[in-house]
Amino acid sequence: MTRKNVIIIGGGHNGLVCAAYLAKAGYDVNVLEARDTCGGGVAKYEFADGYHVTGLAQVVHPLNPKIAKELGIKSTGKAIDTISLGSDGRHLTLSVDAVSGKGLSAKDILAYKNFKKEFRKYAKALEPLTMNTPPRLKDMDNKDKFTLAKIGWSLRFGLGTSSMREFLRVGGINIYDVLNEIFDDPRLKGAISADAVLGHNMGARTPTTVLTYLNRLRGETYGPQTLPTSDGGDQFVAAAEKAGVKIETDVRIAKIIVDNGTAQGVELASGEIRTADIVISNADAKTTFLDLVGTQDLDAMFSQRISTTRTNGNVAKLHFALSKLPDFKGLAENEVGQRLLVANDMRYVEHAFNHSKYGEYSEKPILEITFPSLSDPSLAPAGHHVMSVSASFAPYHLKASWDKNRSAFSHNVLSIIEHYAPGISASVVAEDMLTPVDIEREFNVTGGHWHHGEMMIDQMFMMRPIHGAAQYNTPIDGLYLCGAAAHPGGGITGIPGHNAAQRILKMEGGK
Amino acid sequence: MKNYDAIVIGAGHNGLTNAAFLAKAGLDVLVLEKNDYIGGATVSRELQEGWKYSNCSYVCSLFRPEIYQALDLGQHGLEVVPLQGGVTFKQDGDYYGNYHQHAVRRREIMRHSKRDADAAIRFDADLMKWCRLIRGFLLRTPPDPASFKWRDGMEFASLLKAFYDLSESQIYEFIRFFTMSIAEYLEEYFESEVIKAHFSGGSIIGTGLGVYSPGTAYVLLHHAMGDVDGNVGSWGFARGGMGSVSKAIASSFKSFGGEVRGGAEVKEIKVKGNKATGVILSSGEEINAKVVVSNLDAKRTFLGIMNPNDIPDDVVTRAKNFKIRGSSGKLNIALDGMPEFPALGKGSPLTLGHMHFSDTLERLERAYDDWKDGRWSADPYVDIVIPTQFDPTMAPVGKHMMSVFVQYCPVEVEGGWTEEKRQAFGQTVIDQIAQYSPNFKDLLVHAEVRTPKEIEAEVGLTEGNIFQGELTLDQLMFNRPFPGYAQYRGPVKGMYMCGSSNHPGGGVMGAPGANAAREILMDLKRPNTTPEDFGDD
Repeated sequence: MTRKNVIIIGGGHNGLVCAAYLAKAGYDVNVLEARDTCGGGVAKYEFADGYHVTGLAQVVHPLNPKIAKELGIKSTGKAIDTISLGSDGRHLTLSVDAVSGKGLSAKDILAYKNFKKEFRKYAKALEPLTMNTPPRLKDMDNKDKFTLAKIGWSLRFGLGTSSMREFLRVGGINIYDVLNEIFDDPRLKGAISADAVLGHNMGARTPTTVLTYLNRLRGETYGPQTLPTSDGGDQFVAAAEKAGVKIETDVRIAKIIVDNGTAQGVELASGEIRTADIVISNADAKTTFLDLVGTQDLDAMFSQRISTTRTNGNVAKLHFALSKLPDFKGLAENEVGQRLLVANDMRYVEHAFNHSKYGEYSEKPILEITFPSLSDPSLAPAGHHVMSVSASFAPYHLKASWDKNRSAFSHNVLSIIEHYAPGISASVVAEDMLTPVDIEREFNVTGGHWHHGEMMIDQMFMMRPIHGAAQYNTPIDGLYLCGAAAHPGGGITGIPGHNAAQRILKMEGGK
Repeated sequence: MKNYDAIVIGAGHNGLTNAAFLAKAGLDVLVLEKNDYIGGATVSRELQEGWKYSNCSYVCSLFRPEIYQALDLGQHGLEVVPLQGGVTFKQDGDYYGNYHQHAVRRREIMRHSKRDADAAIRFDADLMKWCRLIRGFLLRTPPDPASFKWRDGMEFASLLKAFYDLSESQIYEFIRFFTMSIAEYLEEYFESEVIKAHFSGGSIIGTGLGVYSPGTAYVLLHHAMGDVDGNVGSWGFARGGMGSVSKAIASSFKSFGGEVRGGAEVKEIKVKGNKATGVILSSGEEINAKVVVSNLDAKRTFLGIMNPNDIPDDVVTRAKNFKIRGSSGKLNIALDGMPEFPALGKGSPLTLGHMHFSDTLERLERAYDDWKDGRWSADPYVDIVIPTQFDPTMAPVGKHMMSVFVQYCPVEVEGGWTEEKRQAFGQTVIDQIAQYSPNFKDLLVHAEVRTPKEIEAEVGLTEGNIFQGELTLDQLMFNRPFPGYAQYRGPVKGMYMCGSSNHPGGGVMGAPGANAAREILMDLKRPNTTPEDFGDD
């Protein structure tokens, strides 16, 4: 091994996972983070004096067991169910394999069980693709061929004839049509379709929402959803440091130094130059190539294609400091601690999305509500609580501009919650909202997109972020991607970081 | 009683094509049609004295030239005249003219955006590449991915090879094209809004998707992959209206000894011992045949004219879930003279082609939002042609016939369709046209307003879906109409499907009919009469 001095730009969880793997393999790894804490989307965040949330991510799934085991990261969060709030007080409780609630037919209850079982099977069948570098479709090396063969085997024999047929039928379409085939209850369809569109620029009727739903179910194949714990980010930091990674925070990168098509290191905002053999970017693709590398070192068509990738976020994150726990109609206190969802039916979901297509925020947004302080009282002063809400949709490009419409939107969100929890508005002590524009600024993610780029088929797999840079290496020798902009995309999974490290070890050589 | 070799149910263009190839192979074939005229949705009808309307399909391009040759349709009177021009009017009084001559078109695009003039060259070249690739697969039977048969394996291999002949980046670009929305795809090329809107129209025609829905770029391809006289991407008028297409095929069929019976509605396909043995007509008459072919859509075939006890449960479920939502309406208008479009000036060649009024992607998408909620579009996308500018046989001298295809119009509106609502829908369209053509309303002689309901009632296309089933990934290739039944064979022996519910789908292609004939002849161990040499070059 000749090149072993590594700089990783960005201490988000994927950067840390990648760093830990490389350090374990004997590389000399430095992680440089622009913010004052590492962990990116899972870093604890203080939004008002004394009130914290556990991070940008408000519901997570356990890590892939391989990554969790190899890096010693334990999921300590509390497993929670989803409660879909009914506007008439008839709520539904959705857990991994069961659904219950007033007015639900026996047929739907059984159908839910079978549906989840079948769709988890599809999610599992895609695992060989998820956990590997996406194979090239031409000029394959042996690893590519092996990965392709594994995927083929997994689809043909892992699923079996009838499941494979069904997967090939529904895999590319929208969740709306699929749910209409399977279920009758509009509330149930609304809740499931909301899961398929959260974080994406998609409505229930948008084709590819089956794929985004499977992406979410992949997490469920590792274990039920949990509330993230406040040490979520620290666990990744600890794993990296234990492996020997050096981490520096408050270090902003001005550019990636490229000479003769090879990455030489980075220049910091302070003007300081740090040389490295290998530079790995945990930043999104636009930041990496257009801001840090610069178009002068790239092929014109390559930069053009990077600049047309779709990276605009469409979700706002709201935090409320509450003087007391609100009383939700029809919910016991332990139920308030679950993941609460406002998505009455698929029409509600689709209508919420309609607005965002035209640069408007949803009049009636889809809401995902959690109370992190219920499982970790240290997040708020004694007796007080924090409520974390993700509201879809809130487009990055708001025609009427966010500056003028912030309070209107957060008021809108709170008034919807007020309907389910009368009196909650009166208990709000402080509030904070992160629109995609704020997320872009605070977390250095272009467009403020959860997934560092839209998860549509043309931006997934061997086309993520674009083809030609989908195997973690880039046209710049010695420059790699390891963030959610790379396959398989966003979520607190660590998989892009893991796959990038495997790829780098293969290309640069291990110990 | 006479025992036929084959009965084809429905005299649409695919049923007739299928029947013609079977008759050409020497089979004794009977085509049964419920209406007293033939053609299905490929008809010319005189609903106003002196005017002939292509009252369903209205332009021709996708019809496979190989079939045209094999059935000698030229000799049987089919003549397709390529159309030129085309225009999208803007709300500000300007327009984008889709001129036919390359240099003029380029200058016109530059008028809207210099950058887009270069982008258009890239766009045309890329689209043509995908057209040429896909054209090779239209007259083939889709391989079954779950099968281990030699033929399916070879067919898959040839499919893969076609892709492998592309360069690596082209392979990815093709996948992207296949899965993207037309709006996002065009945004990668163009900056001018009216040009994006103009090019995206073909991607929503007949489709229950909006311009921002992934998968619509493929629908554009579906409308661009045809040709007139080998000129890929061109569209044309059938002289005498679209009825000339079905007339020519029927004439070819009869020349091989075939027989067509009108006014003969089939009530049920007879099945005995898991084998189709013939049909029962609504009149009670029974006709026997060794092979029964249905040109009806998958829903009507399996839920309408087959006894559920004769077919597997999963086929019944699949047929129930088959997506065939209607999304289009149509106005056929007899005009006292040529309407004026002041934006263009008199005698502009642009009126010779497709005319549209949707000048932004947002307007197109909002039209879709209306349909999703069960309303016709308040500001619809229309595709207007006036074939009488080319074809003097369709209207009295000096008069014109205008065909207005309307996207979107739902199969069901709140409270159900009434005569009043149907007229209101027609008025929405007429008002939109009148905004751009002040003398239009004065010229109106007669207007036929068709919602998906009328299309269904008359033609028999379930829910009025013009493609006999939506063109989404779950219903394309080996998934069309259902996984496991995409090779034209029905669930019982001797029963086949030849309509557009099957690969490669609708659009007056004739391909499903020909492909089904090939499979039938193979099963009967007869020589193949369908084209074997196909594809470009």
